[in-house]
Amino acid sequence: MSEAKYFTTAKKGELLELKQQLNSAKKSEKRDAVKKVIASMTVGKDVSSLFSDVVNCMQTDNLELKKLVYLYLMSYAKTQPDLALMAVNTFVKDCSDPNPLIRALAVRTMGCIRVDRITEYLCDPLRKTLKDDDPYVRKTAAVCVAKLYDIDPELVMEQGFIDALTDLLSDPNGNGRRKRRRRPLGDRRILPQCVPSLHTAGPVFDLNPGTVSKLLTALNECTEWGQVFILDSLALYDPEDDRERQSMCERITPRLQHVNAAVVLSAIKVLMKNIEYLRDTDVKASLYKKLAPPLVTLLSSEAEVQYVALRNINLIVQKKPDILAGHMKVFFVKYNDPVYVKMEKLDIMIRLATPDSIQQVLAELKEYATEVDVDFVRKSVRAIGRCAIKVEGSAQRCVDTLLELIKTKVNYVVQEAIVVIKDIFRKYPNKYESIIATLCENLDTLDEPEAKAAMIWIVGEYAERIDNADELLESFLDNFSEENPLVQLQLLTAIVKLFLKRPTGTQELVQRVLGLATQESDNPDLRDRGYIYWRLLLTDPAAAKSVVLCERPLISEETDLLEPSLLDELICHISSLASVFHKPPNTFIEGRVPGRRVAPAVLFEEEEEQQQPQQQPVDLLGGALDDVKVSTTGFVLPKTLWLDASAGKGLEINGTLARREGHMYMDMTFTNTTAQAMGDFAIQFNKNSFGLAPAAALSVPTLAPSASHDTSLPLNNLGAVQKMDPLPKLQIAVKTSVDVVYFSVMVPFHVLFTEDGKLERGDYLRLWKDIEDSQESISTVHGVTQATDVVLKRLEASNVFSVARRNVNDQELCYMSLKFVNNVVALVELTFTPGSSSVKVAIRSKITDVIRGLQDTLETLLTGGPSASEC
Amino acid sequence: MISGVFVYNNKGDCIISRIYRDDITRSVVDAFRVHVIHSRHEIRSPVTNIGRTSYFHMKRENLWLVTVTRLNANAAMVFEYMAKFIELTSSYFGQFNELNVKNNFSLIYELLDEVIDYGYPQSTDPNVLKLLITQEGFNAAEKPMEEQAKITSQVTGQIGWRREAIKYRKHELFIDVLESVSLLMGPLGPLNAYVNGSVRVKCYLSGMPDCKFGINDKIVMKDARPPNPLEAAGKKKKKKQQQQRAAPIAIDDLTFHQCVRLGKFDTDRSISFIPPDGEFELMKYRTTQNIKLPFKITPLVHESGNKVSINVTLKAEFDPALLGQRIEVRVPVPSITSKVHARSDKGKAKYKPGENAIVWKIKRINGGRSAQLNAELDLLQSTKKWTRTPISVNFEVPFACSGLEVKYLKILERKLGYDDGSVLKWVRYISKSGSYEIRY
Repeated sequence: MSEAKYFTTAKKGELLELKQQLNSAKKSEKRDAVKKVIASMTVGKDVSSLFSDVVNCMQTDNLELKKLVYLYLMSYAKTQPDLALMAVNTFVKDCSDPNPLIRALAVRTMGCIRVDRITEYLCDPLRKTLKDDDPYVRKTAAVCVAKLYDIDPELVMEQGFIDALTDLLSDPNGNGRRKRRRRPLGDRRILPQCVPSLHTAGPVFDLNPGTVSKLLTALNECTEWGQVFILDSLALYDPEDDRERQSMCERITPRLQHVNAAVVLSAIKVLMKNIEYLRDTDVKASLYKKLAPPLVTLLSSEAEVQYVALRNINLIVQKKPDILAGHMKVFFVKYNDPVYVKMEKLDIMIRLATPDSIQQVLAELKEYATEVDVDFVRKSVRAIGRCAIKVEGSAQRCVDTLLELIKTKVNYVVQEAIVVIKDIFRKYPNKYESIIATLCENLDTLDEPEAKAAMIWIVGEYAERIDNADELLESFLDNFSEENPLVQLQLLTAIVKLFLKRPTGTQELVQRVLGLATQESDNPDLRDRGYIYWRLLLTDPAAAKSVVLCERPLISEETDLLEPSLLDELICHISSLASVFHKPPNTFIEGRVPGRRVAPAVLFEEEEEQQQPQQQPVDLLGGALDDVKVSTTGFVLPKTLWLDASAGKGLEINGTLARREGHMYMDMTFTNTTAQAMGDFAIQFNKNSFGLAPAAALSVPTLAPSASHDTSLPLNNLGAVQKMDPLPKLQIAVKTSVDVVYFSVMVPFHVLFTEDGKLERGDYLRLWKDIEDSQESISTVHGVTQATDVVLKRLEASNVFSVARRNVNDQELCYMSLKFVNNVVALVELTFTPGSSSVKVAIRSKITDVIRGLQDTLETLLTGGPSASEC
Repeated sequence: MISGVFVYNNKGDCIISRIYRDDITRSVVDAFRVHVIHSRHEIRSPVTNIGRTSYFHMKRENLWLVTVTRLNANAAMVFEYMAKFIELTSSYFGQFNELNVKNNFSLIYELLDEVIDYGYPQSTDPNVLKLLITQEGFNAAEKPMEEQAKITSQVTGQIGWRREAIKYRKHELFIDVLESVSLLMGPLGPLNAYVNGSVRVKCYLSGMPDCKFGINDKIVMKDARPPNPLEAAGKKKKKKQQQQRAAPIAIDDLTFHQCVRLGKFDTDRSISFIPPDGEFELMKYRTTQNIKLPFKITPLVHESGNKVSINVTLKAEFDPALLGQRIEVRVPVPSITSKVHARSDKGKAKYKPGENAIVWKIKRINGGRSAQLNAELDLLQSTKKWTRTPISVNFEVPFACSGLEVKYLKILERKLGYDDGSVLKWVRYISKSGSYEIRY
């Protein structure tokens, strides 16, 4: 069967001919015509004018022809929405076809025809096929829900398709599903197909111990791709306790033996994320040990897969260098490896290099430096320099190797070698300067800015040992204006260094370069540097010496490591594109704005959820620090000045509000700044918005002059209530033996949040829907630098409870609830964007008055306040 | 996830295009052509990001298979999927090249429709898909109803890789141990040598047979249990070999076909499974210790002025009763070579100017024998130094270089209850060269 001929036609009147053939009575002619249409479509010809003729061929019992017509429909339906409606009837009919293949085909295709009016007709067949007897059809329908969700999420919610999906996922042995009992495992195998659809459709694809356990079971029974989906979802899950974490890790490790590299890498992602937090060090070590062999095995995959694996291994060895220690040899470059694989292997070799293996590495690098590919050779030369800097014992050998390479006189090798030798000088000063003479021989062959700059730096730095340093530098001056700025700056500095070291005979040179830099250059950096040197030299040569010739700090060992926070983020993205680019996802994909806001729904109603402890233990040191003021359960702002000594008639009060073990406290420090003793302290609050009142008498002893006393005053909310403006204002009167003083403070809201503020998911959902969108306030908090988990823990400790979390388009959404002491409930939605320190905060509450104060409080809690490190 | 799959020919013409998600338009077709295929720069990565759209490509034969995504997709999965797709199409129409793709484009569209839905890879198992999609425009709708139900349940069923009610009159099992030996030989000795092996099984068994497979794995052999020696292993069993075979080997890593119960392997390192019908790859393994390198290559080069003489000795280091086959030694020569005179005492040596190499082919050689190649080269005048690239060797030998040996494959069929002894089992060992490079 040769179909290549369909690609060749380019005759005049071709479309007309096709039209005739499409309407032909002969089946074979019809099929040929449709194939021709598809071939034209593929090469980019516009065949949309044939729409109705092609659609007429849809009513056929030939599956192959039907598929081709469907393919055409998917491509052109958008351009011809009216005509596309013609096809609807056939789709609906096909969805009830006795043949499961046709049912599945119809529902799959229908989801891909993204015409608004068609979606209306899609709902009924979709609902039917989701409950189909055939697992293949159900699977296809599950994916179709995701398609529909992307077109119209509200419709999906309205029509209850999410619930239908939940039905598919829930235990098939449950009551009232007699029909499915015959195929109990069939449904579990559909589950992984549903996982990605749920993520797309994901108004919270909620991961909790129950669902996770189901996913782990399904892992054993589904296709390789399903396993990847499941593992990728599990990577987002944070186990609740150590036991669960350990059992999850142990159930995932068998996946490392899977033949599919994607399964292996995704399993490694989950493990890398979790092993770190395990408490049992033996288990930890044995799990880490299991990671090495599969990582090495990945290197026998296809080159492209190898590349992805190597990029990930690069991350893993930065995080845990010892995992692959001793596997250096597998990263040796083969002559026939594609260049991109060679480059990555080289990087990893250097990262794994140790004093023991360095000799072998150097021998390899020397070999690579003679290869054909210029970039690879350059990188190899550079790697030799990195070895020298990383392993001190090898420095001499590295320098020797570099000198040998310089003697080859291969231009780019020489230049690259000079650049790294500069770094070696900076790492080990006064050790290898004897080679300078050899370097100087190659001066005129240099044509790359970086190499030139490096050479000039060397000449300037060691001007006193190079007899003809002035001549060498002068030779560069002639083309000063044409040089790269990098070279210009280096040259300027080098000549000034030379002048300071050897003032005689170099004065003319330094004047010339200063003139060139300040008067003839339009590069502001160069000009500024020129002027600074000039003034320094004019006013205070001694100062100039101490500035220009100061001792330089040694360069650090590993210069190309990723920043730790980025590394941690990328570890969570192992196997994904982010790990290939070594960049956070938002730098290379479009951050899609979610079209509509959807309330968080709960997919798996799991009973275990309720057994979750209401409050997590926060103070790991137990009661050991009880008498220390900072050991609070909640977040406490540092004490601020409440009452100035001048306003307080000599009494100074610093204070803050805190919440400990479910009670509010006012922590204050009283300081007597007068010359007499002060005593008889008492305190009273004015009526306030939350009815706060002292729950005990103030206990402050008589204060001697300039003495101070810390006190903690318990509070309750049984006092008189009056709405204040602003809401958190609290007016306080303190009586002393001198006088009564008045002041007011702002009550930080977080001390008012009660411990029972955690809502059930169902309640949360209901309340969220209850409150109108107009009552929602959205703000953005900047400067949230800590990890999401840390921030959430802090919130939780201050009784802002997390109800659900989910990821949408790489943003992390957290739904939280809180309750004030006066039973006002507020709902909060936080949107974290990886790589950004801004968090979007949306607050919903029936009592809108609290929202403004809440915003401020949440900002404090999110950023950790002025003393983030304390808490 | 995957937004689209495209196939280009070498010129950059798009010959297959299938878009799964409407976050991309056909303009991506041009973007990739301009930025990658027609780019003047050499390709430095199989993944390219152009304007926030990521392109994965695999170049095979004269075709580019390209996958496009707009999200932070799982890169390993995308490439694995692409490799599987090429494998799948090859199982339908042979090599994945321009002519075959054009000739079977409607089939490819059918496959693309089946193996990805809305950007999520679905089943890519050729055994299953061949039931679903057949090449001769075979009309699945005409099949009887029960048969269709079987197909669909197999696509999703628990043991997706095996149909029920398979019947054979004669029960046979073929086990092929195929190894690829890689070597990186430095002037002072081997730098890196490893074996990538795979065990391929062809199985013609009735019902749902439960199989247990045993090899001379060091970890298992520790708690030694007398294994059933496998019968009918081939004629060439010699005493010495049998002695050698007793040695257990250290396997660095193993991966299994999805039919193998990984959990069971994890607990007691036993390999148990219900095999797919027909041919499949049971497991892959990797070893790095005690590898028997079948050939030793000793190059001697003498350079003087514009003359170079190269002498290469090849020694077959295995049992004299065995026969190495299809040996090809590729000796690179400087690009400025003007004349080559090559002689060999075995096989044929030819200078290929286009490839800058002398290719020395030996059809077969007995173990223990050696052969020699002598070449005299005349060079053009040049100041450029000759950077020697490694000599590479290709070969095929009838034993496992890793030392792996199949100990047993026990079959238990509960329903039909046929006897393990009645199944004919065949084992064959073949090692081929992977990347076998000798630096000098």
